[in-house]
Amino acid sequence: MSNEMFLSANEAVAYAAYSAGCKVASAYPGTPSTEIFETLASFSGTINCEWAVNEKVAMEVAIGGSMAGARSLCAMKHVGLNVALDPLMTYTFVGALGGLVIVIADDPGIHSSQNEQDSRVLARFARVPLFEPSNSQEAFDMMLEAYELSERFQVPCVVRLTTRTSHTSTKVDVGTDFGPGGVALKPYVKDIARNVAAPMFARLMRVKVRQRTEELRAYSSSETTVNRIEEGDCSLGIITASIAYEYVKDVFGEFSILKLGMSNPFPTELVRRFAAEVERVLVIEELDPVMEEQVRAMGIEVIEHKIELDMMELNPGRLLALRAEILGDVEIPAVHRADAGLPSRPPVLCSGCSHRGLFYVLSKLKATVTGDIGCYTLGAFAPLSAIDSVICMGASIGNAFGMEKAGHKNRLCAVIGDSTFFHSGYTGIQNVLYNGGSVTTIVLDNRITGMTGHQVNPGSGKTLSGAVAPITDIGAVARAMGYQRVESVDAFDIERMEEVLKAELDSDQPSVVIIKGPCRISAGLMQAGTFAVDATKCKACGACFKLGCPAIVRGETTAVGKRFQATIDPVQCSGCGFCVQVCRFDAISRIR
Amino acid sequence: MKTMNITLVGVGGQGTLLTSDILAKTAALAGLDVKKSEIHGMAQRGGSVISQVRFGDEVHSPIVHDGASDLLVSFERMEALRWRHLLAPAGRCLINNIDLIPITVSSGQQPAVTDLQERLEAEFPDAIFLDAISIATEIGNQRCMNMVLAGAISNLTPFSTELWQETMKNRIPAKMLELNLEAFRRGRALTTPAAG
Repeated sequence: MSNEMFLSANEAVAYAAYSAGCKVASAYPGTPSTEIFETLASFSGTINCEWAVNEKVAMEVAIGGSMAGARSLCAMKHVGLNVALDPLMTYTFVGALGGLVIVIADDPGIHSSQNEQDSRVLARFARVPLFEPSNSQEAFDMMLEAYELSERFQVPCVVRLTTRTSHTSTKVDVGTDFGPGGVALKPYVKDIARNVAAPMFARLMRVKVRQRTEELRAYSSSETTVNRIEEGDCSLGIITASIAYEYVKDVFGEFSILKLGMSNPFPTELVRRFAAEVERVLVIEELDPVMEEQVRAMGIEVIEHKIELDMMELNPGRLLALRAEILGDVEIPAVHRADAGLPSRPPVLCSGCSHRGLFYVLSKLKATVTGDIGCYTLGAFAPLSAIDSVICMGASIGNAFGMEKAGHKNRLCAVIGDSTFFHSGYTGIQNVLYNGGSVTTIVLDNRITGMTGHQVNPGSGKTLSGAVAPITDIGAVARAMGYQRVESVDAFDIERMEEVLKAELDSDQPSVVIIKGPCRISAGLMQAGTFAVDATKCKACGACFKLGCPAIVRGETTAVGKRFQATIDPVQCSGCGFCVQVCRFDAISRIR
Repeated sequence: MKTMNITLVGVGGQGTLLTSDILAKTAALAGLDVKKSEIHGMAQRGGSVISQVRFGDEVHSPIVHDGASDLLVSFERMEALRWRHLLAPAGRCLINNIDLIPITVSSGQQPAVTDLQERLEAEFPDAIFLDAISIATEIGNQRCMNMVLAGAISNLTPFSTELWQETMKNRIPAKMLELNLEAFRRGRALTTPAAG
């Protein structure tokens, strides 16, 4: 009997955590991992699940759950693991009590991230077991196995997804006994030598970690069923994992395949056995040559090829090209493209977005703006073009201060969203103040984590499970630190924003300016009104086009034909009124 | 059956994801193996979006290589050209007659395409152009445009109206269901069943 559902790997991870009896779960949203906890929230009656303020805290909470003997979970996108690596690198020494599973979603091809990195490298670095599901069923099954393994070997386990697996739905049999796994807490015993990673204990832990790694290698080589040889034509043997396995099945399906569901510790014995069974070995993996280098280090010859597979997302087309090079038995279908000269369609701040006015003002003030991670990163794109740099969560503030220290003379400010401020902005503004900077930190406070799909945060007044939560006042935080200049401005008042920002950017005192305006989608304001342009009054000056609003569209050309009048698409207009404020000819008015 | 590959493209916010979800779940209900792949995140904000659905006896890769999509459904006219390379030589194409002007054009950074219809007709001689938005407006809610398109797609799949409607019942809130079923019926009338 089966109990079949149709789930994305993100959803399957949440179902599995519930089924495995997970009790403590903490995460910070990040594409492509966000839906894991959005799904988990539907089980919040039995799982304590939360949006943490950042990934490091999420990891620490999950570690705390594990230390207390509960099965625990944390989830994040690849760059989140950079933030959370510190606690992981030591808890791997201490070792899990209650099962701890860390789900990392990589983003090969950089669909919605600031970089591309391969978390498998960090799983090796942390000496933890690494599971790499190829589809949602495997994500479900491997989560259950990871919890068992974590407790048996007292080790945190990583389950690594990618954008493609996270956002692909496949059939999943969750089992007829699907329900809340009633796993009892492992008894907590105060054990200083076990849980305190001070040098004298950490040295002993270090030795145990090596021993554990070899035991896990034996497990990955000969015990787990997620590592398996699929016998086929043995003139070629392909070692593969993750989503690459599915592409291999489509493109190289007739050959022998070593499918590694658990690729760390690397199952050397199994690999050696497989290599002996086949004539030639080929390794196909997405991103870094993590497996290939380990196969080569074993002294096994691996087919070299000119087609490069070591960056960006794989797809069946890239493997087809590889097959054409190695075997020469396939034709690459001629690709007929028809997109020559098409205007690009980049993502854009929504119509009515409360961030738009600020970027219009900063652009006008010709300020140097260090940016941050969120919807407002889109303020970097033309025609707003208001942001100079974006590095990582919270970096805007330190970056601005460093530029000031370097002697950068222009008006200088950092722009950061509320959720990103809660994530890692506190320390940045503290550092500016303490070290005598004059940076103006602008917090775009829309009370929601927008880019990842509207998750609540400490400014929202609610938690993931819907409970009422205290609202953190960012201005009060800055004042408590010792900031003398803290201003709060309505995000929809362009004139006032310009006045305040001119004063603060020109001041030699550090300041925090909070721009307050709700996210138009989460506040349900996308149909709040409609504006229209009076063609008899529009002088085609182009001021409103500088807002970069998707609802403001080019209309008729002027008599000389060089400039365009504006029109407003009534379907897209959400009635924010920014355009009325920037029009000097009174040509725009509300019609609804 | 031979695996069928369907690609849906459009602009963030047009409802491509709900349509592909209903298509995929209908295939699952029919007892087939099925995979549905989509990219969300940054592109949701008015960017170009794509989702792919593959169904058959056994499906491995959730995405197809260029020139392998049996059906390309474009929720917006220009997007059909952008994703033309995915279409198989004998593949079919449905194009929704709606233009969403990208910000790069409305802000004057890039020129508009002035010969769009000519290019579409040259590239897709057998394309079916659909006025899904007019039909949705007629029914009374522009937001059910995607179900008009789902109806049009349904004729080109091996699944019965009943099966599609069952998925819609499971997936769409009760108070919106009748409207969406009507949209689906109107859409289904726009295409003719696939041969065989």
